Amino acid sequence: MPTTSYRQALNDTLRAELTRDENVFLLGEEIGIFEGSYKITAGLLKEFGPERVRDTPIAEEGFVGAAIGAAMLGMRPVVEIMTLNFSLVAIDQIVNHAAKIYGMFGGQTPVPMVIRFPGGGGQQLAATHSQNLEVWYAHVPGLKVVAPSTPADAKALLTAAIRDDDPVIFLENLSLYNTKGEVPDGEQIAEIGKAAVVKEGTDLTVITYSRGTVIALETARQLEDEGISVEVVDLRSLRPLDRETFCASVRKTSRAVVLEDDWLSYGIGAEISASLMEGAFDYLDAPVRRVAAAEVPLPYAKALEVAALPDASDLVRVIREVLDDTSFSR
Amino acid sequence: MTDQAAPVTAGSQAAGSFPGDEPPEVLIGYYREMVLIRKFELTADQMYKRAKIGGYCHLNLGEEATVVGLMAALQEKDYLFTNYRDHGYALSRGMDPGRVMAELFGKSTGVAKGRGGSMHLFDTKTRMLGGYGIVGGQLPPATGAALALTLHGKPGPDAEAVMCQMGDGTTNIGAFHESLNLAAIWNLPIVYVIVNNRLGMGTTVEAASGEPLLYKRGASYRMPGERVDGNDVVAVREAAQAALDRARVDRQPGLLEVMSFRLRGHSVVDPARYRSAADVEEAQAADPVPAFRAQLLSAGVFTEEQAVQIEDDATEKVASAVAFADSSPAPTPDELFDFAYATPVANAPQALPGQPAAAREPRL
Repeated sequence: MPTTSYRQALNDTLRAELTRDENVFLLGEEIGIFEGSYKITAGLLKEFGPERVRDTPIAEEGFVGAAIGAAMLGMRPVVEIMTLNFSLVAIDQIVNHAAKIYGMFGGQTPVPMVIRFPGGGGQQLAATHSQNLEVWYAHVPGLKVVAPSTPADAKALLTAAIRDDDPVIFLENLSLYNTKGEVPDGEQIAEIGKAAVVKEGTDLTVITYSRGTVIALETARQLEDEGISVEVVDLRSLRPLDRETFCASVRKTSRAVVLEDDWLSYGIGAEISASLMEGAFDYLDAPVRRVAAAEVPLPYAKALEVAALPDASDLVRVIREVLDDTSFSR
Repeated sequence: MTDQAAPVTAGSQAAGSFPGDEPPEVLIGYYREMVLIRKFELTADQMYKRAKIGGYCHLNLGEEATVVGLMAALQEKDYLFTNYRDHGYALSRGMDPGRVMAELFGKSTGVAKGRGGSMHLFDTKTRMLGGYGIVGGQLPPATGAALALTLHGKPGPDAEAVMCQMGDGTTNIGAFHESLNLAAIWNLPIVYVIVNNRLGMGTTVEAASGEPLLYKRGASYRMPGERVDGNDVVAVREAAQAALDRARVDRQPGLLEVMSFRLRGHSVVDPARYRSAADVEEAQAADPVPAFRAQLLSAGVFTEEQAVQIEDDATEKVASAVAFADSSPAPTPDELFDFAYATPVANAPQALPGQPAAAREPRL
């Protein structure tokens, strides 16, 4: 199977979908002539022209809303917002409009659009450019929110998102763009709303998504050498949330740790913990633990940034604490 | 002279020559629509007070000539986006009054199946793509609809266009400026229509706007702006038609300010105590429905008898609309998750209040 980067997988998928369906078009800031702030759209303007790879002014509310209206008339816009942080100025259009139009008008018009943006900190971009607010969108009925962690999922979930008739928030991550992985050739369409057990294990389940999946897999491999068998569930879809997959995993392992990039309070981990209370309470040998970002506007200084963001050492420490709490014998 | 009383820049203003070349049946048709809106809105007000209608309810009372003039200019193939003061537009666009009233009553037979209510009337068949409750929310999607038209088809006299209606208060929100800018740089076939009834809830245009001559705001985007007398149905139609033609043929987006009055409060529960007696008097004196009636009578376009007949017909239509809405079924709780998603998806939430999101599996 060919190996490619997460960035290239996105670029290849956009090209394939632009080629396949003439109703698909891209719009966003600097996606054409500049080829994208993170070069996801490199080469596409030249190939498909300025009508289908449309540079916009700095007006997220305007162009996200314009994508909604175009989608209502049968187009399939794929919007790039430079980073998740800038989606906040378009949130009225995303939450009050994209998420509402199908249901609120009685199912008369779907809104088939994708909004792509990277989240993630760790690049010394400071407080306003490093946020992980995916839970804001994951909270909203009417939206679908997906968060691929591998190049293969980037391809299969983006394909699914573009062909889906609902507004899909497609969460990328700055730290994943250069990661590489095997990507199957040919058409690959993921099922939105499904999590995946990306590594099987018997002693403890780590539930995570996006960048966290990469960290969790590395950690699991490291602990394997010590005789600790960690199962890793990659959520892949934050809305809908596949509770059955991670509840089934925890019913097997009896221990659960959530690794999330967002802030602790009211985060993804809070929702997963509550779901485990409902779906796996009788099987838990220890309280569910959460490894999340410290609740501060992320500082610029490297030492503070590192301290605030969850990493592999935090995850390993918490896994050991849970195992120690439950008289786990290696 | 206040800015709001400043003269209009467009329209026939053909009071001297009325009815001019207008065929009588066309003018009578306008009166019929205006009266239907008037009766519908007065009835909606009553129904709200009888608690048949919930939520917010904003009426087009006083704006009938504006609504009918705009809709007369809009062709069947065109698309319409409006704000939440939308009942008249829905009726004039051709939605069945019964289904509009049923929407207000929250019934399954409503135009949005009872899911939208007064502020969110929608009908793909008549190409009225909403009714939007968030001020300015409709502008970016309307702009995008116009963008889609440029991707689908070519400009020309037969091309489709978009009309995006809004209130005067909307001209101060960012979405207004972002949308006009996008329409200008992308040459979109869209006409933005500001219905200036001089009050954004209780705030005057002068208090809210750095440039209270709202039609001038198009200048920032090199977009032609015009102001027309909203109580003159023919003038409104002509100005809107000219702007729509420029949109169709030249892909020149336009801004039209229609000077109107709100006869009542912002919504049915607003007694409008902030309005001066003089202001209310001015609005009542300008009431377009009796004025148009008198104009048609004095020009001999119709007789008193015909006028009464039209009014009785409207009363009858609205009574049937109420009867239809009243006798229609309300949606049932088992339909709650219908239309959650257009593409069915695994693990779509289905929990009602108090039900767990994840199924419990007891340990044996």
